[in-house]
This record gives sequence, C-alpha cells and structure tokens, in this order.
Amino acid sequence: MRLEKRNRSSALALLLAPVGAAVFTLLVSGLLVLWAGAPVAQTYGLLFKGGFGSVFALSETLTRAIPLILTGLAATVAFKARLFNIGAEGQLYAGALAAVAVGGMHGAASGSGLAWSPWLLFPLMLAAAALAGAALLLGPALMKARLGVDEVVTTLLLNFIMLLFVSMMLDGPMKDPTAMGWPQSVALQGELELTKLVEQTRVHTGLLIASALAVLVWALLKFTVLGFDIRAVGANARAAAFAGVPVTRTVVLVALISGALAGLAGAIEVAGRTSYVTLDMSPGYGYTGIVIAMLAGLHPIGVLAASVFVAGVLVGADSMSRAINVPTYIADVIVAASLLSVLVATMLTQYRLRWK
Amino acid sequence: MTELLDILANPAFWIATLRTGTPLILGTLGVLMCERAGVLNLGIEGIMVAGAFTGWLAVYLGLPLWAGVGVAALTGAAFGLLHALLTVGLALSQHVSGLGITMLATALSYFGYRVSFPKVNTPPTITPFAEMAWLPVPILQNQTPLTLLALLLVPAIAYLLNRTPAGLSLRMVGENPRAAEGQGVSVAATRTAAIVAGSALMGVAGAFLTLSAFNAFFFNMVNGRGWICVALVVFASWRPGKALLGALLFAFFDALQLRLQQATGEAIVPYQLYLMLPYALSILALVLVARRAAYPQALMKPYRKGER
Repeated sequence: MRLEKRNRSSALALLLAPVGAAVFTLLVSGLLVLWAGAPVAQTYGLLFKGGFGSVFALSETLTRAIPLILTGLAATVAFKARLFNIGAEGQLYAGALAAVAVGGMHGAASGSGLAWSPWLLFPLMLAAAALAGAALLLGPALMKARLGVDEVVTTLLLNFIMLLFVSMMLDGPMKDPTAMGWPQSVALQGELELTKLVEQTRVHTGLLIASALAVLVWALLKFTVLGFDIRAVGANARAAAFAGVPVTRTVVLVALISGALAGLAGAIEVAGRTSYVTLDMSPGYGYTGIVIAMLAGLHPIGVLAASVFVAGVLVGADSMSRAINVPTYIADVIVAASLLSVLVATMLTQYRLRWK
Repeated sequence: MTELLDILANPAFWIATLRTGTPLILGTLGVLMCERAGVLNLGIEGIMVAGAFTGWLAVYLGLPLWAGVGVAALTGAAFGLLHALLTVGLALSQHVSGLGITMLATALSYFGYRVSFPKVNTPPTITPFAEMAWLPVPILQNQTPLTLLALLLVPAIAYLLNRTPAGLSLRMVGENPRAAEGQGVSVAATRTAAIVAGSALMGVAGAFLTLSAFNAFFFNMVNGRGWICVALVVFASWRPGKALLGALLFAFFDALQLRLQQATGEAIVPYQLYLMLPYALSILALVLVARRAAYPQALMKPYRKGER
C-alpha cells in the first residue's frame, strides 16, 4: 500500500469527504446499536430529535456548544503552529477558578464598603480567566521552544495537576461554606452572570462571545502578520526560522492565545451556566475541543459548525438513552469514530491509494 | 521523618511499589517499542482501558485467567493495527490518531460494559491471579505472575532490540527509514509489527488492573496511567532497563504519597499536594532529561516511499 499525491483534488471530492465520513461513522456505530438490541433507525431518529428536534433541544445543544467552540478554537490556534496543546482541560479549570476568584471580590469588596461595578468587574473577571489559562500553557510552550520538551506530555500531565489544584482549592480557601460539605466554590453574584438569550432555556450570551472570538481568530490567522507567522511555523519551523520568522516568539504568542481561549471557556461556563466551580464542571471539554478542531480542518469558522454537531450528538444521546435502551457512551463512540474517519477522508482527497 | 523511615522499613511498602509499578512497566515497554520504530502511540490510555475491559470480560464469561490476558493482548493488537493503518499506511498525524484511538477505545469499552451490564451498580467480580507464594524471593512472592512477566519482558525486549536482526530493523526504521529501505527492510511492515506488538503490551498492562490488582472493571480505572507511561519513555531515554527503573521510581513516589498521607493525616498538607507529586516529578524528569534526550531520529515523521 502506498500513497501518491493527487495533482488536484476535485471540488466534489472535497465536499463529499466529510459526508462520506459521517455516513461511514453512522453505519459502524449502527452495529453497536444493534448489539445493544435497539432498532437503528429509531435510535438515530431519537438522537437527532434530542439534539436538534425542538427549540428546547436546540437550545440545549447550543448551550453545550459554547465551551466546545472556545476549546476548539484553542486547539485550532495551537495546532496551526504545530503546538500540540492537549492541556485545554486544565486551562479551562484554571480560567474558571480565576473567574470565581476575581468575581468573588464583588461580595468581599462590598462588605468593606468598596462596591465594584459589574461593568468593571466582568471584564476584569474574563481577563483574569484568560490570563490564568495562558499562564498554564506558557510553561510547556517555553519548555518546548527552549529545551525541546515534548509539549504533548507536559500539557497532558498539567491537566491532572490542575484538577488536583482545583480540588485543593475547593476543599480549602475557595470552598463555599454553605455548600453542605460539597467541594464547590462560592457562586458568582447575579450581576456577573451572563444573561439568557432565549427565555426559559439555558442558552446564554456566551454564545455571542464565543462566535465573535471565532471570527476574530479567523481574521487573526488570515489577515495579520502574526497569523502569517503562525502558519509559517506550522508548515515548517526550520524554513520559517530561515526566512526570518521569530519562531520562539510566535510559539509563545500562540500559547498565550490558545491558553487564553481555553481559560475563557472556563470563565464563560461559570458565568453563563454553572455559576460556581465544581470538579465535574467539564466532562472533558478540553479533549473534545481537539476533536472539534480536527473535524473543522483547523478552520476557526468551521469550529462553529463542528461544535454544534458534536454538542448535538452529546445532547441527543442523553435524551435518546432515556427513551431507549442504548447507553449514552454511543455519543463518545460517534465523536471519536467521526474524528478518525474525517481524517482518513480528508487524506484521501489529497492522496491516492495505490495497492502494490 | 520517623514516619518516613517506618514506611521504608516496611516490606508491605515495597510490595505495593512493585505492584503499582507493574502496569507502568508493561505500558512503558509498549510505548517504547512503538517509539523506537518511529511512531508515537498516544492510544495507550484507551488501549489500556480496552485491555482491562476485554480481559476481564473474557474471564467473567468463563475463560481461564491467562486466556483473559491473551484476549487483552489481542484487543491491544487490534487497536495497534488501526493506529498503524492510520499513521504508517495513511501517514496521518500520530498525535491525532493516537488521541482518537484513546477516545474510541475508551468509549467502546464503556459502551460495551453498559450493554453487557445495563443495570448493575456494584461491578461483577472475578477471581484474579493468586500471589506466587511458592517463590522463595521476598516481595516477589507477594506478586502475581503478571508482575513476573513484566519483569522478564524487560531483558527480553532489551535483547530483542539490541541483539537480534529484527531489533536492528526496528531501530533502523525509527532512526533512518530511508537507509533502512535501502537495506531492503520494509519500513511499513516493520513499523506495523512494532506498533501491533507494543499495543498488545499496552492491552496486557490494562488487563493487569482487572485480572491482578483488582477483581472488577471500573470506570476511570486507568486514570492517566497510560499518559504516565508516555512520559516515562522519555525519562528512560528509550531504553528498556531505564524504563523499568523509571516505572519503579514513579510507583515508589506514588506508594509513598499514599502512605505519607495516611501517616501524617491531611491536617498538615492537603492530600492533593501528595497526589500531584508523581505528575510534577514526571514533568521535572522530562525537563532534566530533555537536554540529552536521544529521540529516535524519525519519531513522529511519517515516511512515504519516494517522497521527501
């Protein structure tokens, strides 16, 4: 088996590749549905209905998509420069913790007579979250640039350290004394919470912030010098350095942007949905963000679509599982399988397989 | 300080260290084989989950324990074959393929567990491997045969890599695939074989958890052990002997934090700080080793015949 570069890929093939990958994924996952003893068509019908079939379903899907857009963007920016940031999960928690630490100053300050305006405190809170996320990725990025330490492993290990740190904080200084012993932080004040976009649903203005950031990241990559540098470093770091691109500086800037986006994901989750930090506030949004970045082909606008798709599968599987006897883990299988099959499909639009 | 000495003087501590280290030894050897052939395998975390699940399920369904180990190895090999197909055959990003396989293998295992046992709250148990009481070696006689297997595999794999033609080919495709191809070694076949064999070891590493350390399958039971193995390989500079040392050192600190925590109570230092210790040490080790790290030259570089 060998690969041969295609001279040009037909537009039809490029369009059909993700569709083919999706069909393939659904066929393979259908076997698992059969194993669980459920009718395949009905299961997929329920899954789709649960994810997209009503205003409520769609609002739940969009709510779930918000952190995924941000972690997906975090992975996209980093991967563009070949900085394999696998630490978005930890950066998200760092951001959430910083957001509550700063947002909590509202209560403390007003007690001492110093009332912070939410108009001042809210941006401060987001900035703290972005800074915390960025700081967490700075170490691995510097270690990569200066010492050649593989960032995949260091960012991955930092996730575990960060989660333990959150657990320590929620057991100690940041614990809500009124939480009946549950490890959770003090809740954010009402004024710092993001308003709902639609009455009676959970979808909040974080969706607008996340979408705006997607456009911003797209513009950054496409129109700025930094964007050019990022793409140059990602394509070939050695050639980029030879052409005068400041590689170390670019990698560090990318790390700051990527970490900040993941940190914002944590702050916006807290301000928009949970209102306090818990140890299970993220069911792996950081890791799912990697899948989303790949599904989107590392395109910031594509991240929006991929996030809604993945969120829909996750939300739909929850409601499907309640109605019929198929475990919710089918959603994770579909997401992982679609990642791999989209990668294969994309590869096949660029290369031709020769059996020999 | 006296507590520390008490802990170190207790044989139970060293027994626990070796037991904790066993899945790390097996997993690290697995990663090492893949990486010496030039392929990163981040699928290990998921492959360990899958090995733990299928090995346990096989024994639960009535197969003997060693057959369960075999099933776990085959499961690992199957995912290894998938990784080889994607990274060697199709030259996809090794990072992404590995992460995808981790997600897929984990999700499939959890799905399979839930389909097999839809309503149970307490996981069904099996009778795991017994300790080797017949061995006249202290500490080792309190271990199961899988630990002995792991220890024996260290010199075996070192011999395979350094003293056999197959090992030479494996190292060549990891260092300089073009030269290997010139010598008539098939890069694709050698890499595939290395990934499949290494992934089989990862499956067995997972099976150790369900067939030896515990007697049931739990969610999150692998809990980052696979990622630790990836760090340990760098720490070990891709050498089996050092991999054994690294795995045991890590297990030592892991067992130590658990006991220090029990001895001192959590009043003085939050227990989370102890739990962070092994991860922090892993990062520290990576930094210290980085300067003289002898990466296999072709690691993470896809090889396409006739293309530069």
